[in-house]
Formats: sequence, C-alpha cells, structure tokens
Amino acid sequence: MSNIANIKLSNAQIAWRAAQDIEDGSYVNLGIGFPEMVARYQVAGRKAIYHTENGILDFGPAPAPGQEDWDLINAGKKAVTLNPGAAFFHHADSFAMVRGGHLDVAILGAFEVAENGDLANWSVGKGGVPAVGGAMDLVHGAKRVAVITDHLTKTGAPKLVERCSLPLTGVGCVTRVYTSLAVVDIEAGRFVLREKLAAITLGDLQAVTGATLNLDGPVAALTVPEL
Amino acid sequence: MDKTWDCPAAAVADIPDGASVMIGGFGGSGAPIELIHALIDRGPRDLTVINNNAGNGRIGIAAMIDAGMVRKIICSFPKSKDPRAFTEAYLAGRIELELVPQGTLAERIRAGGAGIPAFYTPTSFGTELAAGKPTAEFDGRGYVQERWLKADYALVKAETADRHGNLVYRKAGRNFGPLMCMAAAATIVQASRIVEPGAIDPEHVVTPGLFVDRVIAVPDARQEEDLNIEGAVYA
Repeated sequence: MSNIANIKLSNAQIAWRAAQDIEDGSYVNLGIGFPEMVARYQVAGRKAIYHTENGILDFGPAPAPGQEDWDLINAGKKAVTLNPGAAFFHHADSFAMVRGGHLDVAILGAFEVAENGDLANWSVGKGGVPAVGGAMDLVHGAKRVAVITDHLTKTGAPKLVERCSLPLTGVGCVTRVYTSLAVVDIEAGRFVLREKLAAITLGDLQAVTGATLNLDGPVAALTVPEL
Repeated sequence: MDKTWDCPAAAVADIPDGASVMIGGFGGSGAPIELIHALIDRGPRDLTVINNNAGNGRIGIAAMIDAGMVRKIICSFPKSKDPRAFTEAYLAGRIELELVPQGTLAERIRAGGAGIPAFYTPTSFGTELAAGKPTAEFDGRGYVQERWLKADYALVKAETADRHGNLVYRKAGRNFGPLMCMAAAATIVQASRIVEPGAIDPEHVVTPGLFVDRVIAVPDARQEEDLNIEGAVYA
C-alpha cells in the first residue's frame, strides 16, 4: 500500500485541479471554507464570475487588513472586494439564480459522496446545533455540481461510499468529485475513475474507496503543480 | 404622506409579547442593530425571530436571546464566530429552532409578501428537513412543498429612505431586507439618511414605499461586525 499521507494532494492542489475545469464565462458558486480556495487558481485568460448567496455577483479577493467593509462579505461572512461589473441583489433573486439553474458550476465540500450522486455535507447527525445555510439549495442550483474533498476522513474512512450514512444534503446531485488522490465522475449511479495520481496503483486507490471505481476508457494521470 | 418616526424607541414601542419579528441581515451585513437594541430596551418576551442567523457575540439578536426575549428562531444557520447566546439557550431547551435552508427561507418570506401560500422547491427533497412535508413530482423530478412565511413586524436596515418609505440599500446589506419589508404586517426601517420624495431616482428604488410603514433616521448606524471586534456587549 502506498503511503497515502506522503503522496496525496494538498487542499490547494485539489482546488487548483478543480479550477482547471471552470470554463471562460462561467458563473460559479464556491461553498464556504475549503471550496473558496478554488478562486485563487482561476486559469489565466479565463474570466469566471463568482456568485455569493448573500447577494453579490463578481466579487473579488479579500481587501487589505483594515480596509474591510462589513457590508461587502461572502457567504462565509469574510470581507471581499468587488470587480468591475459586479452586481448586488436580494436573497430571493440570489436563490432564483441558484434554484433556477442559472449557475454553471457549484463546488462544494463533502463529508460523504455516494456513487448515486447523493451528498452529505451539512450535518454529522449527532447532537449540537444543526445549521444548513445554503447547502441544500446549492446542490440543486448549478448545471454542474462538483465536490472537492480529501479522499479519506481524518480517521482514514473512505469519503466516497456506496450510500451516505450521514444526513443528506441532496439526492443524486453530484456529477464530479475532485479528491486528494483522484478525479471521479458520477454517471448512471456509479463512480467512473477519470484521473488518479501516478504514485498510487488502481488497487490501492480502490482499497481506500468505499464503492466500486468503474473504468470507462483510459485513466489519465492526475498532475498538479507544486503550490 | 410622511412615514418618518422620531427615534428607534418610538418605532418599536408597540411590538408586544408573542410577536413574530423578521430581522434583516446576513450575519452583521444589513443587521439593524439600533432597532434591535431599542427593542431590547422595550423588552417584549416570547418573540419568534426570523433571521438568516441566530446572533453573534453579545449584541443584536444574541443580546435579545441573552435577555430572554426569544421563544423561537426560524433561520438557516444558527452559528457564528461567537454563537454562545443561541447555543446555550438551545442546548438548555430555552429556545425553539426551526431550521430552514437559506433559499427556502428567502422564498418563503417572498411568498408571504406576494400572497402565495405555498410553493414547490427541489431544495431539501429526500433529506430530513423535508420530513412531514408534502412532496410532488414535476417532469420526473421530486419537489417539496413549502409554505409562506409572514410576520407581525419586520426590522430592516437601509442606506437611504425617503419620507414615503422608498428604500435604497447598501451593498450586500440588502440581502433579506426587500423580502422582509414585503412579508410583515408592520415594516420598520432604519436608514442612514432620510430624504425628500423625489430625491431617490425612481429607477434606483429597490423597495417601493408601499411595503414600508415606518422609517427612522439612524445617521451613525454601527456595523455589527465592528461592534463585535470592539467586544461590545448590549445588556
């Protein structure tokens, strides 16, 4: 078995890989936390417009410390800036953009993704204070719903599974998963392996995946820069 | 026609025990802090609060919870940098939570304001938040029926208001404001400035004055986030 901790991609590298698939002219929503990192790696020469649920299209990076305007925040309540051509709108319009299917891509985090496209990313299902935010809306909101995640949980359990065990965010909604080891599509209720790190064998990758990785043509090498 | 009121205290003075109160804002952005604090001074109890969140720190909605005024919160995300007030009250069973996906919350409020008693959405279909709700299939896809949400009062922050209640918001502080103005029986707006009718270009009006009942000038309105950075406590 390869030493996964030594070969796996960093979060920045996973975000970089996901950013390569964002086409010029796309309207994109990035989930709060780790997915926000995708915006850093927008491909040169392409313009993506980022949407935030709280009512901004085309926001830019964080301002310099001390320059925050707390009426200019993203869904994670972090201060942002505006790009030329930005727009404000109220929450119902914002979620009309989401649920009306007007976004091209949503990129979200995950606790578990199932081979049938089910996603669990909002609740670990035990006690505490439940909070859902916009997660359940976003999974139905984009033409393409992708997940970026470590391939394994912190305790080493597979995050790609046959069926989610945690409370669902949405049913049959995910189309592509970018992990720390591989790029996997979800097609017709099964995982299809598209790319994997050259340093891991197919057998070892399958061993840390909770459902069958199907092959549909050649599997490309998952290559990313040092970041 | 003149919808201006003298001060926040007067504008919220009739909010009684047991009222439902929509409060604008997404986190601190657009939070009508001065109206909330005037309501705390007044002190009605058993309130149902409708907001995206459930307070942050020791001010605003968190201070309402600390003051024991809130019986129930309807929100999408009752977490924040400093969620102590809600978390302690919730875990102690002192406050009821109705958790609503954010887009569904917005659309329920919009529907309440638009006179649409229910609608179907794909959001939450097949999840535990759809438990007990009617579902239907349209064109091969499953949808959940959600009901409108209305309130007795709305507290909203705007940047500019005219005396007729026409409103312009500030940046992403707009968020739930225009929806809540529509959905409440009495809408109370604090604005950083109040101008004469005609001073706001009709092309730029975001909330038409028809949806607004009271406007109060709060020229030095504070940002919730700034107050929290300062460690402010309202008690």
